[in-house]
Amino acid sequence: MTDFRDLSLQGLWKNNPALVQLLGLCPLLAVTATFINGLGLGLATMLVLIGSNVTVSLVRNLVRNEIRIPVFVMIIAAFVTIIQLIMNAFTYELYLALGIFIPLIVTNCAIIGRAEAFASKNGPLASAYDGLMMGLGFTAVLVILGGMREILGAGTLLAGADRLFGPIAENWTVVLFSTENPFLLAVLPPGAFLGMGLLIAIKNIIDAKIAAQQTVTTEKAARVRVTAES
Amino acid sequence: MKLSLSSSPHQRVKRDTGQVMRMVIYAMIPGMIAQSLFFGWGMLIQSVIAVISALVFEGLILYLRNRPIERTLTDYSAVLTGLLIAISIPPTLPWWMTVTGVFFAIAVAKQVYGGLGFNIFNPAMIAYVVLLISFPAAMSLWLPPTTHAGITPSFFDSFSLIFTGFTTSGYDVTQLKTIADGVTMATPLDTLKTGLTQGVTYSESLTKPIFDGGFFEAAGAGWGIVSIAYLLGGLYLWKTRIISWHIPGGMLISVFVCASLLHLVNADYYASPLFHLFNGAVMVGAFFIATDPVSASTTPKGRIIFGAAIGFWIVIIRTFGGYPDAVAFAVIIMNMAVPLIDYYTRPRVYGKNADKGRGKY
Repeated sequence: MTDFRDLSLQGLWKNNPALVQLLGLCPLLAVTATFINGLGLGLATMLVLIGSNVTVSLVRNLVRNEIRIPVFVMIIAAFVTIIQLIMNAFTYELYLALGIFIPLIVTNCAIIGRAEAFASKNGPLASAYDGLMMGLGFTAVLVILGGMREILGAGTLLAGADRLFGPIAENWTVVLFSTENPFLLAVLPPGAFLGMGLLIAIKNIIDAKIAAQQTVTTEKAARVRVTAES
Repeated sequence: MKLSLSSSPHQRVKRDTGQVMRMVIYAMIPGMIAQSLFFGWGMLIQSVIAVISALVFEGLILYLRNRPIERTLTDYSAVLTGLLIAISIPPTLPWWMTVTGVFFAIAVAKQVYGGLGFNIFNPAMIAYVVLLISFPAAMSLWLPPTTHAGITPSFFDSFSLIFTGFTTSGYDVTQLKTIADGVTMATPLDTLKTGLTQGVTYSESLTKPIFDGGFFEAAGAGWGIVSIAYLLGGLYLWKTRIISWHIPGGMLISVFVCASLLHLVNADYYASPLFHLFNGAVMVGAFFIATDPVSASTTPKGRIIFGAAIGFWIVIIRTFGGYPDAVAFAVIIMNMAVPLIDYYTRPRVYGKNADKGRGKY
């Protein structure tokens, strides 16, 4: 049966859509100027991903192999339209701030990648869980990158939280420092690329540390099993 | 008796990296003197800040990367990068901006790529561009040359401007800039750029006070002399064969040709070639920045193309772009093209394809 623990690990870390698969970089780099923008797009992508994964998984035995890609794209587009209309209705300011990048979720390769690689081969429950975990992994990267850029570029965190959470969040903004000369590079596109590279580098360092620890333990274990062959 | 055996070339000048870097630094001295005469003490204070922070960042990152620290610090490349940053930024820039720029030059543009010899971009120009797009207002605040300024900041004034943002008597840079008869004075390139957007023609811009008292009119006061001083330093580098003529030659000729063509089309709108050559960073760029042996093209033919393309981009970006000066952008654009240029200008290996020219025998 499906191993849910492995699915979570794959989505959040080992096979993170943004850090490892490097999919969906266009919205990732374009909208992460602030924490809230990143969170908004991340949640929207996650909902689309869950919806499309479940639907693709349900119709996977009805769709002929030759026409599966157009069918997948149409399913994804339908969910993106639903999300877009919901955001237009309930989080109008965030909808304006994210602009073209909400409809562009259709072209996010992470979503069609999961539909093709996972949902079309697994049952609806596993697919929904995979969508949730992949979406969470993507959202986490968007939020971390958005937070980094917002702190460096504007000195604030959670600016515009009311766009996502409504009037209750109006004074959630944390001002860490204020300056007349904001570090514009962090907010401009180069900051997204530098920040993204930095995140990937940090992930690689952590992976290398873990791998180094594991080889140490396996080496010790291997010594017991030495045979004439080795 | 010990005979040393080695393959050719048998005669060579023994210069290590440190010596080359030191000679480049010596060649910058005339320009730096001229610059501090016309623009005050600020540049020298910036040099100290930039050089110290460059050495600190370089040492720190070499330590993190487990590389030999002392050998690399004594090759003077970090010192040169720091000095190049210091001469290209406004002398009154707040100190933490300078340090930020140096961090990007040393840590990001140089060490992340693998250290000296592996950086594809010119570190000093990366620092300049990072500062320019991050702090556009502060990076365009140049005080008028001392010959034109109402109040020239003294050493202590410059010091306190850089570290606190105000002179000892409480003026900030914007106030110092406007204090001369209540007229703001920008750099010659800035004056032309703003003038053109307000419908002032090139020849009308030349009557502005910033163009009085230059050694010739179009160069602008102070700026022309500074350019000449860097040109002299550059000729010394060429004479001592630290640099070849290909890059500066290609670049200066290209600036001259491109600017002349535009000037001939419409002399009211496009500045004269001499204006382009002796304003802003063209001279420094041609001899000290574009000639960086690591990030520039390496073949003779490629160097001419590299230099000429930089010159082309300088005129294009200055004339049609949003920023008044363009040397940093032009150099970085062409740094990206270097692998391609080198690929297509590889010298033919002697004897290879020899029968092509002579026919078969």
